Amino acid sequence: MPNQCARSSPWQSSELEGLARNADPVAGAANSNAVGLASVTKRFPGVVAVDDVSLSFRAGEVHVLLGENGAGKSTIVGMLAGVLQPDSGGLTLAGEPVQLSSPFESLSFGISTVFQHAMLVPTLTVFENLVLGDAWWRRSSRSQMEERIAELQELFGLQVPLDAMTGELSLGEQQQIEIARALLRDCSVLILDEATSMLTPQGVDELGGRMRRLADRGLSIIFITHKLTEAYRFGDRVSVLKLGRLAGEIGKDSLKAASEASAVEDMLRLMFGGEESAATPAPQPDRTAGEVRLAAANLRIDGGSVNMAHSEISLAVRSGEILGIAGIDGNGQKQLAEALAGQRPILAGRLDLDGEDVTDASVGRRRALGLRYLTDDRLDEGSVGMFPVADNTVLKEIGAPPFWSRGIERPARIAEHARDLIKRFAVRTPNEFTPISNLSGGNIQKLLLGRELSGTAKVVVFNKPTYGLDMQNSVDSRRRIRAVANSGIAVLLISTDLDEIIELSDRIAVMDRGRICGVLENNSSAPREMRTRVGRLMVGDAAMEAAA
Amino acid sequence: MEALLTPVFLSSLLTGMIVAGVPLLLAGLGEQMSEKAGVLNIGIEGMMLAGAYAGFWAAWALESIWLGFLGGIAGGVLVAIVMALLCIRIGLNQIVIGIGLTLGAEGLTALLHHFQFSRTYPRLPAPARVDIPLLTDLPVIGPSFFGRHPIVYLALAMVVVLAFAYRRTNLGLTLRAAGEKPAALDVAGGHVVLLRSAAVLFTGAMAGLGGAYLANVGAGTFIPFMTGGAGFIGIVLAMLARGRPLWVLIAALVFGAALSLTTALQVAGSNIPTDVIQMLPFAAVIVILVAFGRRARLPAALGLPYERGKR
Repeated sequence: MPNQCARSSPWQSSELEGLARNADPVAGAANSNAVGLASVTKRFPGVVAVDDVSLSFRAGEVHVLLGENGAGKSTIVGMLAGVLQPDSGGLTLAGEPVQLSSPFESLSFGISTVFQHAMLVPTLTVFENLVLGDAWWRRSSRSQMEERIAELQELFGLQVPLDAMTGELSLGEQQQIEIARALLRDCSVLILDEATSMLTPQGVDELGGRMRRLADRGLSIIFITHKLTEAYRFGDRVSVLKLGRLAGEIGKDSLKAASEASAVEDMLRLMFGGEESAATPAPQPDRTAGEVRLAAANLRIDGGSVNMAHSEISLAVRSGEILGIAGIDGNGQKQLAEALAGQRPILAGRLDLDGEDVTDASVGRRRALGLRYLTDDRLDEGSVGMFPVADNTVLKEIGAPPFWSRGIERPARIAEHARDLIKRFAVRTPNEFTPISNLSGGNIQKLLLGRELSGTAKVVVFNKPTYGLDMQNSVDSRRRIRAVANSGIAVLLISTDLDEIIELSDRIAVMDRGRICGVLENNSSAPREMRTRVGRLMVGDAAMEAAA
Repeated sequence: MEALLTPVFLSSLLTGMIVAGVPLLLAGLGEQMSEKAGVLNIGIEGMMLAGAYAGFWAAWALESIWLGFLGGIAGGVLVAIVMALLCIRIGLNQIVIGIGLTLGAEGLTALLHHFQFSRTYPRLPAPARVDIPLLTDLPVIGPSFFGRHPIVYLALAMVVVLAFAYRRTNLGLTLRAAGEKPAALDVAGGHVVLLRSAAVLFTGAMAGLGGAYLANVGAGTFIPFMTGGAGFIGIVLAMLARGRPLWVLIAALVFGAALSLTTALQVAGSNIPTDVIQMLPFAAVIVILVAFGRRARLPAALGLPYERGKR
């Protein structure tokens, strides 16, 4: 039982320390308690999302809630925002019990939330989104808004283009608007849920600076993240959640006194209960690249929403090799993956799979030749949510033996196949008949990987394989990807996570605005240097990289 | 053909256009608000029919056409309350409930009418008209446009009022937010359930009034199933109009003209076969849908129930 591990760990003492400080009247006066949770429990069907958690957030502090997927962070956010109601226990506001039965009430108590997924209406302008929630019979004043926005711009450097159509802005820009909206409401508590997941490294730094300035003005900032370095860099106080329970807290003084490395180490131990550190870089695999399995020559792809009209993509992946495709999300990576898999038309050029021309081959033909594609869209494109796990494992072989014989489905064989995959890939599911949408992202990913690797795979295209997974699952996924390459399969790894690319790849191609703007030999023993080199290419600074 | 373009023909065409167009306009304006808020109100046909029956019954029993209109509004709202409770508060499927309400209202009004009047169709006295001095005396268009029942002018006023409210108050964008992304409105401190319920009740009131106009002014009596798809045409109007009340008016008049052409051609005594004439309104629907329907853009969350905190 991991919960018990956490309770009996040496870190219990620091948790007690934190609580004791809370009770200290002097400290309490210096940092007034803005909002808190008192023994809150929240259950969802089949899971206890938050289990008897007590927390208190103070004015003038950036309080980090750290934890993996499913640790209960977003549930806590939901309760503070009035979207969810606790099953037992309650919330406190300035020490008094309070009930937040709707987002409206939560806002009226000065609690503003910037949600993980943008909560703006894409078809309204920015101005209209900012005045949303005002009395409906009135017309909100434009000039007043302009004044206040100018003020925010000056104080926090927020860019708020009032007349832009919200849906046309990038996620980072939308987030700035949400922060601006929160500030326009004069909130005293600002919650940022996984706010850095869609920002560039520079954007993350800016956000950190903004949070600091807001905290200095007396706001209580609640910053939810699963990234340890961010927790250390931006937080005054870190509370670690694990499987719905509070695993421990690192207080203000101990956080400031610790170096980044030791603080991260502490957090890791709280998150994983003293298991081996998940951050240890894996040794570079010992493998030799073989013959070319997948070769694209001057491919022109119908990019759809991404303009790829003028790009000709050439690349080759050899057996046993991992070719990483780095780049900022939305620069044509998905289009490339889909074109390789046969889901998107190739306009010109040539694609060879194991020496055979597959430029115009169907998805099924490419699959039969050994090409496998793991989509980043696990639930919509990769699986049928309502279907049981077993049916999802044979989704790409409908009608084919041995699971169907002469058009008749053989449920026992399908179930057996599914049980085998569940066992081999350590999928956590009650049984093979559970609808796949009930599984966590990590487990769906494992199952899809298992499905794609069954049969004779020669080339596997991974599209953002660890997107949305927690650290443990990411580590496992990366280990599997490496194992896939070690078994002699050619791997194309598309990822927006630079660390992942550098950790796994043999060569790194960088995509920018629909084309490949450079290919580098990876040197995973110097990750910092690689980061800068790849990073420059990612932001379109090929000249600088060439000069360096 | 020149025999067709007589003053008699034109006058009856224009009159018919307005008589047939006004219920469509009322229904279309009502449906438009529901759709803006993200509720596909298929029950509007039932609301109209309930309004027609209740409106006729109230006017007949209370001997006042104005109380009749109030009754019509009440009838439409009554059905709308059921819709709001089932689809918005409980979050049931809007299409299933909408069809159910329409079929239910058809059956119930026919049954009640049968109990009360058996197979007789008592007529109401011809309603008072508002003659606008001078303008009414114009040839051909005078009596058609300016000698109409006050409800006609009320419906036209609603176009202006709604256009103003949608453009110049926060109502328009609040409704749009409820229809595009209700969760965003909710976390911005809006009240999705309340707003959507109010929109559906407004639809009920407008549809009920349209139904009452159909019964009390258009026909002068209630006949079971008399709306004959007017509510559904209202849904089409709302979708074509893309959120603009003025477009609902234009489209309603076009449809009204197509509908009244049926009668006008018969009045004019042309030698076009009746079957072809009676096909015209529906052919017009098809033509207009093919021409403009493609560009109709519906709210993203149209037809989707909103439940807070559900992912």
